[in-house]
Amino acid sequence: MNQRTTDEMEAIGIKKARRHVSQNEGLIFDKSVRGKRGMELPPLDVPSVDPANALGAEFVRDGIEGFPEVSEIEVIRHFTRLSTWNYAIDLGMYPLGSCTMKYNPRVNEFVARLEGLATEHPLQPDEVSQGCLRIIHDLQKCLLEITGMDAASLEPVAGAQGELTGLLLIRAYLESKGNPRKKVLIPDSAHGTNPASVVIANYEVQNIKSNERGQIDIAHFREFVTEDVAALMITNPSTLGVYEENIAEIAEILHSRGALLYMDGANMNALAGVTRPGDFGVDVMHLNLHKTFSTPHGGGGPGAGPVTVKKILEPFLPVPVVTQTNGKFALDYNRPQSIGRVRAYCGNFGVLLRALAYTLAYGPGIRQTTEDAVLNANYIRKHLEDLYELPYNLPSMHEVVFSDARQRKHGVNTMDIAKRLIDYGFHPYTTAFPLIVPGALMIEPTESESREECDLFIEAMRSIATEAETNPEIVKTAPHATRVGRLDEVAAARRPILRWKPKQNQNAQKQVATHGEKAHIIPTA
Amino acid sequence: MRYLPKSQSERREMLDAIGAKSIEKLFETIPAKYRLNELLNLPGPLSEMEIIDYFKARAAENSRGFTSFLGAGVYQHVKSVVTDALVQRGEFLTSYTPYQAEISQGTLQAIFEFQTLMAQLTGQEVANASMYDGSTALTEAVLMAERLTRRHRVLVANTVHPEYRQVLATYAKHLGIQIEEFGFTASGQADLNSLRDASLSEAAAIVVQSPNFFGVLENLAPFAERAHATGALLVDCITEPVSLGIVKPPEEADIVALEAQSFGVPPSYGGPFVGVIAAREKFVRQMPGRLAGEALDAEGRRGFCLTLATREQHIRREKATSNICTNEALYALVVTIHLCLLGKEGLRELAGQNLSKARFAQEQLKKIPGVTLPFSGATFNEFVVEFPRPVTQVNQKLAAEKIIGPLALEKYYSGMANRGLVCITETMSRTEIERFTAALRKILAN
Amino acid sequence: MYPADFRYTKDHEWVQITGSVGTIGITDYAQHALGDVVFVELPKVGAKVKAGDVLGAVESVKAVSEVFSPVTGEVTEVNSDLSTAPEKINQDPHRSAWLAKIKIENASEASKLMDAKTYTEYVAEKEKEQTA
Repeated sequence: MNQRTTDEMEAIGIKKARRHVSQNEGLIFDKSVRGKRGMELPPLDVPSVDPANALGAEFVRDGIEGFPEVSEIEVIRHFTRLSTWNYAIDLGMYPLGSCTMKYNPRVNEFVARLEGLATEHPLQPDEVSQGCLRIIHDLQKCLLEITGMDAASLEPVAGAQGELTGLLLIRAYLESKGNPRKKVLIPDSAHGTNPASVVIANYEVQNIKSNERGQIDIAHFREFVTEDVAALMITNPSTLGVYEENIAEIAEILHSRGALLYMDGANMNALAGVTRPGDFGVDVMHLNLHKTFSTPHGGGGPGAGPVTVKKILEPFLPVPVVTQTNGKFALDYNRPQSIGRVRAYCGNFGVLLRALAYTLAYGPGIRQTTEDAVLNANYIRKHLEDLYELPYNLPSMHEVVFSDARQRKHGVNTMDIAKRLIDYGFHPYTTAFPLIVPGALMIEPTESESREECDLFIEAMRSIATEAETNPEIVKTAPHATRVGRLDEVAAARRPILRWKPKQNQNAQKQVATHGEKAHIIPTA
Repeated sequence: MRYLPKSQSERREMLDAIGAKSIEKLFETIPAKYRLNELLNLPGPLSEMEIIDYFKARAAENSRGFTSFLGAGVYQHVKSVVTDALVQRGEFLTSYTPYQAEISQGTLQAIFEFQTLMAQLTGQEVANASMYDGSTALTEAVLMAERLTRRHRVLVANTVHPEYRQVLATYAKHLGIQIEEFGFTASGQADLNSLRDASLSEAAAIVVQSPNFFGVLENLAPFAERAHATGALLVDCITEPVSLGIVKPPEEADIVALEAQSFGVPPSYGGPFVGVIAAREKFVRQMPGRLAGEALDAEGRRGFCLTLATREQHIRREKATSNICTNEALYALVVTIHLCLLGKEGLRELAGQNLSKARFAQEQLKKIPGVTLPFSGATFNEFVVEFPRPVTQVNQKLAAEKIIGPLALEKYYSGMANRGLVCITETMSRTEIERFTAALRKILAN
Repeated sequence: MYPADFRYTKDHEWVQITGSVGTIGITDYAQHALGDVVFVELPKVGAKVKAGDVLGAVESVKAVSEVFSPVTGEVTEVNSDLSTAPEKINQDPHRSAWLAKIKIENASEASKLMDAKTYTEYVAEKEKEQTA
């Protein structure tokens, strides 16, 4: 690490709390020594069976070459050290647009681990699963109230899977009407999972250009909705953080042509408690529980992507559906028009549970989260719009999108600014997305950020804007205060090394310096 | 509200700084007729204590006090509290997908270790950073085989987990993939001889599971040979990877789809779980899901980054290998930590205990008049029992003894009303096994 | 910059005809737009392609570009060097980093494509559009 840069930053008074980045720590496999173990089992209370006798010697394994052999304390130290190399919400803001990185309440973790909830088997009889079924049912009710819809499936386990489920519901509905049609319209500002999901549902993607306001081109929209169009997939607010002003009219046009409106609910943090998609014409949508509903990202997942639908799509929902009769809950598999299963069992129950805990904590007050989220985004926008280009000068909701147009004049682009933001103690915002804004900076603070944190972020971004003009090199070569600098992703992709191998196979991996790790000097934070 | 770090005065000051008279001004782009004038009708707000009370009440309405003999893809296995102590660290729990490698090295190195462990377990060359679960991993493995062979038919043994096959069917229907199922023999193993060359020559893959849904171990070599002879691939599905502690890994398979829930992930009424795809290195560019790879920075320091991202949706969009974005990273970390704790010897011992306990249970059950074990194939920790009357009836009586009995197979297989699937893991004490057999003996005697 | 004996497509492929064999690659403009090439997907020898069909693909870290065949015919040879050294496309796109050789059915097909002068102008226009 670069001691000079740290002193520089101290000198200009960067106050943000920072991480330890030191500690050389190799792979767990490099620590393995034969005979060590980290977990012991209670002794066997039945006669021991010899695997070779029981299964036949040719089906028995010799032992897994290279599998770790370490003690409990080494496991604790290894992963604790690794954890110190991560940024996290618990440390500070993630201004990532469209990710809604809000606080993950700890009570959610506590209740998810309760004996009697974490322990339940999904195939056990309904009679001894009433608690689990009620949790699913209660969450469903809340989600229907929030989205203004009629029925739900909590089975999809990620936003992308929710999208696919929604598209399959649309297909099933249109098939029941005699013609599934061929295309789905997708705005060019859409998240990548949208077109990918369309293809898996066996529809053709038709990209439609956003207008000069970054919105669906309402003037020409009617022409796009031909008889071949099954649906429009819209994100509202759009990935620019701007409310689609014509969405109700869009819904009407689609419906008049027998097509449906799908809403990607990734940006629900701008709407919850303030408006309801079901009210403005959405037929089917998914929610990202790991975004709007606070379930933890955990380094990439798990998530949940439940879908809520209007009555017309209810018969096609995935099986099983949770029903309630005379106060008793049950899983109903008798759904002849269902699209089938999208996942074994009933979905990511542990995630659903956490989302319910979150919703119960707020109750009707959930509106306040939306208001604070929008307040934070606009506050940040106000304090940066003099320095960063606003490609679409429209009211922002919960996120704001700038571009790097002014900084590019000095050879500094959005990726560079993002990397420099790391030195100031923040995780980068979303770079280079949406695609309709070249050099985008997509910033979503969420309601979890205090005024203090927002001010620190603003201060950092303003300082970087100055650096882009006065000292662009320091921005272009950032980050400086991390465990490793920018990694050579090109070499990594050309000759991928995707696993550790035992020493005798390491010749092929010689290019990687396992001994050359430099000791890092811990800075005074 | 405790999750919102603002006071009313701060809100007021921030609105002033923006120049907005009220917060409502910031929502004016929403047409008035769609703006809600009332708060939503939702339960709450609840304090932390009340939330805990609500969920404790739900926990009391489930299967507490019951002993369960269910497996069928979800297994009760030993766990260590060390795992939670690590996974609950905010730096792991509340971190984002590691797109910004410099500040995600903890997550990335853990993923790299996970990929290594999965490859070692399965005897394959590479593994990905997780799929949603075993059922979707199998589905994606089939789609991968389709892309690799450009053939649109798959031959799937009906001894593959029924719910996994249902998920595959949902996806395959729309992608023009023809699924042909084939049956099993008296041993309970998939019936190799029922495969016709005519079907195979147009097949992308043969799909089997081992141990299969009936708990019986498959011999993969003949299936691999048969598949490869016609240019098809062999996809092996594994729902109980603890078996890999003593059973030879599926090296003959071209693609392995695995559910890693057995390694420290609680059953949690069906999820979140951890799916994995492992395969030969030459197939890696057709593999869906994230991959972490080694990389160097400008000063030669070794780190890790997400790589081969051009397969994924955020770059390839409609041409992506899959639409997957969010995966099961946190639970892949649980699996990683758990396997590091268990280690080489621990996993072997764990598998051995499962085998021993299950065999003990089988011996005890065979002694009960009327109970038979219909399949002759070697099993690991699950096996099928046959009663003289419907399993559902027997289970009703067992419930009175606070026992959740065998999974009634008629739920998935017609004509199997008297057959049930029993799972015995290392967590089942000898006393409980004996209590089960005693209760069963009594019930069947009447 | 752009060899006079090549013909060029709108999608930035080049083809050099020698007798009945066409050698195909991507142009310097294309490699520059892609950035560092990490992987090249080549067609199978013996594959039959029509003009406009996808021949293969060239990948960088951030993008994938499909390569379309400028001519109709059968693939007779592919440049296997590119499997181990994809960076050659960045270094020498017009010579040693050729992608495939095709036995052409119809020699006059190529004459419909742009010549070096026209392509140079085409590329200049494209560059102007981008900086606008």
